[in-house]
Amino acid sequence: MALNSNGNQPLLEINDLTIGFADARGILLAADRINLRLFRNQTLGLLGESGCGKSVSMRSILGLVPYPGEVIGGSVLWEGQDLSELSRSEMQKIRGKEISMIFQDPTSCLNPVYTIGNQIVETLKIKLKMNSHEARQRAVELLDHVGIPSPEQRLNLYPHQLSGGMRQRVMIAIAIGSKPKLLLADEPTTALDVTIQDQILNLLADLREETGMAVILVSHDVGVIAQNSDIVAIMYAGRIMECGSASDVMLSPRHPYTRGLLTALPTFEHAGERQPLTSIPGQPPNLADLPGGCPFRPRCQYVRDECASIPVVLDRDFPEHASACPFVD
Amino acid sequence: MTTHNSTIAHIPESAWKRLRTRSVSQRRWSAYTLWVGVFIVALVTFLSVAAPVLGFTEPNNTDLTQRLLPPSREHFFGTDDVGRDVFTRVLYGGRIDLSFGLITTYVSLAAGLVIGAIAGYYGGFLDSIVMRAVDLVISFPFIVLILAITAITGPGITGPYVGVLAVSWALYARLTRGEMLAMREKQYVMAAQTLGFSTWRIIFVHCIPNLLRSNLVFSMSDIVLNILTLAALSYLGLGVTPPTAEWGEIIAQGQRNLFAAWWISTLTGFYVVFVGVGFSLVGDGLADRLGEDGGGT
Repeated sequence: MALNSNGNQPLLEINDLTIGFADARGILLAADRINLRLFRNQTLGLLGESGCGKSVSMRSILGLVPYPGEVIGGSVLWEGQDLSELSRSEMQKIRGKEISMIFQDPTSCLNPVYTIGNQIVETLKIKLKMNSHEARQRAVELLDHVGIPSPEQRLNLYPHQLSGGMRQRVMIAIAIGSKPKLLLADEPTTALDVTIQDQILNLLADLREETGMAVILVSHDVGVIAQNSDIVAIMYAGRIMECGSASDVMLSPRHPYTRGLLTALPTFEHAGERQPLTSIPGQPPNLADLPGGCPFRPRCQYVRDECASIPVVLDRDFPEHASACPFVD
Repeated sequence: MTTHNSTIAHIPESAWKRLRTRSVSQRRWSAYTLWVGVFIVALVTFLSVAAPVLGFTEPNNTDLTQRLLPPSREHFFGTDDVGRDVFTRVLYGGRIDLSFGLITTYVSLAAGLVIGAIAGYYGGFLDSIVMRAVDLVISFPFIVLILAITAITGPGITGPYVGVLAVSWALYARLTRGEMLAMREKQYVMAAQTLGFSTWRIIFVHCIPNLLRSNLVFSMSDIVLNILTLAALSYLGLGVTPPTAEWGEIIAQGQRNLFAAWWISTLTGFYVVFVGVGFSLVGDGLADRLGEDGGGT
């Protein structure tokens, strides 16, 4: 749970990452000058509303920003190496071997025409150059490892024969098969029910413990992030609004947006005392039509005139508890 | 399912009967379409391939003493105006027509599948270029194209081959590209990308098997269309030339004696329809089976 590096080189360093998308209406920034740093064995929780640029930022780490977007500024350093300088085939070697990713939707994350065994074995053969026999052996171990009972029989099943939670476990098995140093978990539990969600998060925590891999956990669920992260970054409209250790951010939030998010959490009420949910007024921002200055300005209860012109910059350096709001503290 | 076989007390007998009849008839139909179709196609193919062994030799053997004989035991489809056995000619014609249908369809399917998958996967500029080419090919009047090709190749089977191949890949490309656009957003494709698989591997190993289904279903009706195209072109004199036996050619020749010997064109026409129904049933059956497989979840 070490927050600082003791002088070590960070595993992943994202500097001023900016991602632009172009469509008929113009250009929008899905990520605007994002800075993050992650060390071995850390979990970074990336929290934000749908469409605030979380997933795109994740995919940009792997160099997979979907068309019509592209990285237009900043850099992603992996163990000190700028990933944008790598050739395509060098990048393909890093994907799935050093950095793996898991996804939200267990119904479509596995290819319906192949058995799960085939899909695990394929990855092991390509990424770890195993032969068929070794790969099959290892696939059984992996399935066992992610908590799938009687793995040998399950290998021959097709994805539609498994439940959502099981498919998510298979997906995780594929992702950790090559012992990655970093696992990008893009809302891994959003589509699962709460019990399964808990199991999957525990599984991820155990795996992290064992292998020492770092995890970036993307979610819009404050509870999931609070329980499972060492560091938390709050994202709004493509910008990081607040960043710091999980306890700092969750217990003493500095930015008005974070405060709004935390007060919007429903609390347990006594029977018969239904309170209306507290919410942040206004609509989630449209990235194509952001106000100048602070993007949270139209919904902020502390808004003042200067907000229209301030730059959105974190006031302290990572990993200190930083906020992008200069007025509220 | 026990309810299929036993009556349930609170359901009136009449409603129960009605539903059961419906269920049985549906089950029958969908279970048998594929196999009836396969049977017809297999039968027709077998007859054409094994014609000499079955005793149907010499499709071009003329016998002027046997002109325009009506259907009989010796001549199932009768004889034509130079005494050739029409059924024998139909079987030999089947060799040309069936191989034409299969070859043009599956070569087009393979080409269109690959082209459409690549265009759909990459999107952007490449996609625009390919799809405009597809639009161009599809919108060009087919008969004019065939006329131009025949002018170069001369009459014969080559013209229809070139013409149909030049056009029908575009239909598969368009179909595949549309499906690929949707598939590109599927998470297993994204997952394959994040696992660092090469683009070719993703397209050919991960996407194309998923794109095959709709193409295969469509190909069954396409075989029929292509066979009918060849028959139509031969009928118009743009395809196979007399005296080579081919379905369109037989029908065109028989037309001269339609009133004296209706059987030449009519029975041959029925045979073509029979083949068409066979392939269509296979297509229907495939659509049923592949659709309910749950593979697309």
